[in-house]
Amino acid sequence: MISLWRSRQARSVLFQVLAMAGLVGLVTFFGIQVVANLKVMGLSFSFAFLDFPAGYDINQTLITYDSTNTHLRALFVGLLNTALVAFFGIIVATVVGFLIGVMRLSKNFLISRIAVVYIELIRNIPVLLHILLIYGLVVNVLPHPKQALDIGFDSFLTNRGLFMPKPIFEDGASLMFYGLLLGLGLAWGFTYYAKRVQAETGKIYPVFAICTSVILLLPVLGYFLAGQPITMEISVFKTFNFHGGIVVRPEFLALWLALSMYTAAFIAEIVRGGILAVSYGQTEAAHALGIRPNRTLQLVVIPQALRVIIPPLTSQYLNLTKNSSLAIAIGYMDLVSTIGGITLNQTGRAMECMLILLSIYLMFSLLISLFMNWYNNHIKLIER
Amino acid sequence: MANTSKAYVATGLSKALPPPLNTTGVIGWIRQNLFRTWFDGALTLFALYLIVVILMPSIDWIVVTASFEGMSRAECRAVGKGACWAFIGERLDQFVYGFYPLEERWRVNLAGLLLLITLVPLVFDKVPGRMYLFGYGLLYPAIAYFLLTGGFVLPEVDTQLFGGIMLTILVGITGITFSLPLGILLALARRSDMIFISVMAVAFIEFIRGVPLITLLFVASSMLNYFFPPGTSFDLLVRVLIMVTLFSAGYIAETVRGGLQAIPNGQQEAADALGLGYWQSVSLIILPQALKIAIPGIVNIFIGLFKDTTLVSIIGLLDPIGIGRAALSDIKWAGLSTEVYLFVALFFFVCCFAMSRYSMYLERKLHTGYKR
Amino acid sequence: MKLKYTLVALGMVAFGASSAVASTLDDVKAHGMLKCGISTGVPGFAFTDENGNWQGFDPAICQAVAAAVLGDSSKVEYTPTTGKTRFTTLASGEIDMLARNTTWTFSRDVDLKFTFAGVNYYDGQGFLVPSSLGVSSAKDLNGSSVCIQTGTTTELNLAEYFRLNNVSYEPVPIETNEEARANYMAGRCDVYTTDASGLAASRSTFENPSEHVILPEIISKEPLGPLVRHGDDQWADIVRWVLNVLIIADEKGVTGAQAQEVAAGPDPELDRILGTEGAYGAMLGLDRDWAVRALNANGNYGEIFAKYIGEETLVGLARGLNAQWTQGGILYAPPFR
Repeated sequence: MISLWRSRQARSVLFQVLAMAGLVGLVTFFGIQVVANLKVMGLSFSFAFLDFPAGYDINQTLITYDSTNTHLRALFVGLLNTALVAFFGIIVATVVGFLIGVMRLSKNFLISRIAVVYIELIRNIPVLLHILLIYGLVVNVLPHPKQALDIGFDSFLTNRGLFMPKPIFEDGASLMFYGLLLGLGLAWGFTYYAKRVQAETGKIYPVFAICTSVILLLPVLGYFLAGQPITMEISVFKTFNFHGGIVVRPEFLALWLALSMYTAAFIAEIVRGGILAVSYGQTEAAHALGIRPNRTLQLVVIPQALRVIIPPLTSQYLNLTKNSSLAIAIGYMDLVSTIGGITLNQTGRAMECMLILLSIYLMFSLLISLFMNWYNNHIKLIER
Repeated sequence: MANTSKAYVATGLSKALPPPLNTTGVIGWIRQNLFRTWFDGALTLFALYLIVVILMPSIDWIVVTASFEGMSRAECRAVGKGACWAFIGERLDQFVYGFYPLEERWRVNLAGLLLLITLVPLVFDKVPGRMYLFGYGLLYPAIAYFLLTGGFVLPEVDTQLFGGIMLTILVGITGITFSLPLGILLALARRSDMIFISVMAVAFIEFIRGVPLITLLFVASSMLNYFFPPGTSFDLLVRVLIMVTLFSAGYIAETVRGGLQAIPNGQQEAADALGLGYWQSVSLIILPQALKIAIPGIVNIFIGLFKDTTLVSIIGLLDPIGIGRAALSDIKWAGLSTEVYLFVALFFFVCCFAMSRYSMYLERKLHTGYKR
Repeated sequence: MKLKYTLVALGMVAFGASSAVASTLDDVKAHGMLKCGISTGVPGFAFTDENGNWQGFDPAICQAVAAAVLGDSSKVEYTPTTGKTRFTTLASGEIDMLARNTTWTFSRDVDLKFTFAGVNYYDGQGFLVPSSLGVSSAKDLNGSSVCIQTGTTTELNLAEYFRLNNVSYEPVPIETNEEARANYMAGRCDVYTTDASGLAASRSTFENPSEHVILPEIISKEPLGPLVRHGDDQWADIVRWVLNVLIIADEKGVTGAQAQEVAAGPDPELDRILGTEGAYGAMLGLDRDWAVRALNANGNYGEIFAKYIGEETLVGLARGLNAQWTQGGILYAPPFR
């Protein structure tokens, strides 16, 4: 017996069995309680309510939806709204974050101080307060639609949101789409070709400029060839509100701005750390080789900095997506506000709704981290 | 050699001239730091413009035209067009103590004071009797629990009455105190050779890190009761504390794991060679080194947790934001939400800024290796 | 071996606890406090004063029940609930009763397994608009933005009503009453819809109440009342009859202060209520003076109404539907015998 206890392997097995038993016991205990609770309350565990009409309206819907649609469809509307704000949030947060991060390293005293103040001020205040404050500002400071702020391009800024012209694609617009596809294909082919030429002869083409112009020019060409098939639907004010066009609602605006500003402050610090992590010797060596400062940044510093930046950057993206759940504080109809909010309130199915909510977020996070692990391995320094 | 003194030959060293005016002093500094190139200059001017455009109206609203007196919103507005800080002043007690009974508030103050004492050995290295203070720190949660909720000689205070800054600090401190040991255990479990245990740890950590805190709080407020025998109901605050603790434990586990990974394998091998058992080698060799690396990260997690405590207002607990909302439904003061949010933001900024400075100080202090 | 014991112990806990659910009345008495769910704040209906005490039309019901059961109207633990948390809080047993402007509906009564103890306020959903808009009917609201408090029956009523009348609108869902009001005042929406009582309460908080009108359409029936869990009829009876006693006292014109004096008066129904005739308190599991104490807490129904939301207060609600049946209203308590 004692010798068995002394054996590391035997103990390891014993501990694992105990742990497993503990887990099974706990799960059984909770399972029994759930069943007992549901019985006492006279409720049943079922997802049937997802098929019932939702009965409530949602203001921002990316797919068609009205109050007679099912709760399941309302869930999808919310899911898409979450994805929308996360997508735009990530883009703006990245751009602003890189900008502030570089500003922080600027030799210009004022610029670097501004970056410091921005970072410290933003990241030391809870994101929920940012959301509430910005929403309050948007709603209270911007004018009523009657006195809408005309910001040009037929766009209007009001406390009901930003109203912009919406492109309507008519017959022939597909030509533009094909133009875009062709442009992308050509650009990809040219990049490949330029790389090979550079490898063989050392000749460098202005790849970026050529690719951008090809991608931009071909759809424009298609636009004129097809006889200008796009018209703009302009927002018009009628009795209460602007109608038509694209509307960016204050709820979306506030959530989007707050999330991207908040995340940008963290990204800025990551970017700064990443750039500082590249030893100055690398820059000096590049200069010694006669590489110009711009090319040094592009070919030597940034690729190495990215390796440091990417892993924490992805966790910031994940944080932004998860923080978008705070939408419920200002009534942006995201996943939490639909399935975990109104649907839960109206049906009283707390357990089912929360399970759905948790699993969707979990799936989302796991997918992103799987992708990022793959990407991380992809750009990892190959050690020989 | 003849002494041929020619007029054009200097007889001594000429006096050093002062550096050109535009490289020293204020002007030189400005040239060097603000207008090095024309692009730099343009940036500076633009930045100055931004500061004037954003800062001036804000200061105007917050200070110049603000009113600090008045018994209602209308009276406030009569004094000045800007912010109405009288509201914050009138409800300051609630913002600090929530609805904690008036005559029992000394207990909150005492608990706060005792908390400050536990922080002494963390901030200053050379305090006499530092070990005793650490020991007292371990006892503190029990003392604070007794002080705040009452029992024995003290009248009991219901946790429904907890609120305001006191609640924020309570949730934050409890979360970090209990999640630290839990997080370390999880990190060790994740790196364990025992497959089942490490799988369990991984599953738990990934679950916690994969879902937003607000959904966990919803679980606490609307679902957790299903998991316990019917009729047993335990306090919402306790449920929230459990969730917050589990949440930050998941994050701390990952930070500690980072520290563990940074320890070279040789350390473990050396410990094995000395004949140390698992817990001995972990507690004497591995963890002290790993935690040293992980501590700045842990402080950052704490800052994050502290900020996240605001989320409890969404599920109906009365943290400063919740207090603000409840107070705003008083007819006299309706419509002053910006003032409330700014006040709460100021509180969080002061706390979190101080803590982030502390974290940077720790980072410098603990960085005993070679510096580049 | 250890494991087996643990499992057995766990099983016993699970089984033992699920078989014994004590009665709510015993729980309340043992705890010494009544746990009452209220809203997070509606002017007049539930609000905190400077000392942080909850007051209002809804807490008054809790106070009356606490007075009847525990003998002290201050022995109430309030749990502020949102539209989202109120039902789970009650269902899980965290609170003993919910007094929070909650509409009595079929699905709440039947599907969610609650028992409504009666109606303490007959309400209906209305619309509040700035008079400057020049709108005179809800059907003119085509294209408007509407602020709604989520988690309530109002958002379902609204969707249904506007769909039937072919009115398109932009819903602006808000979690709490305070934020909805703030958004309306800031002009985020043209219309604020909730129960007409809530509209009046909100309007009273505006700087210029006269610049806002409540539209004539009342698009729903909203009987608001206190509720308890299904399955404990004794407890439901207590809450129901405390409410009824408050209403009957109002009908008979007996104020809280007079309750003691009238107890031996000529009116037999009052004698039965106030414990000088029969032993009706004992039938509820309470003592003889329960109703006297309930009335002493905040007065009768009319007094509570006048104190918190009546025409003399800032909220300024008329009795309207909530007047006694003898005075043109529909407030009608069953006879006490």
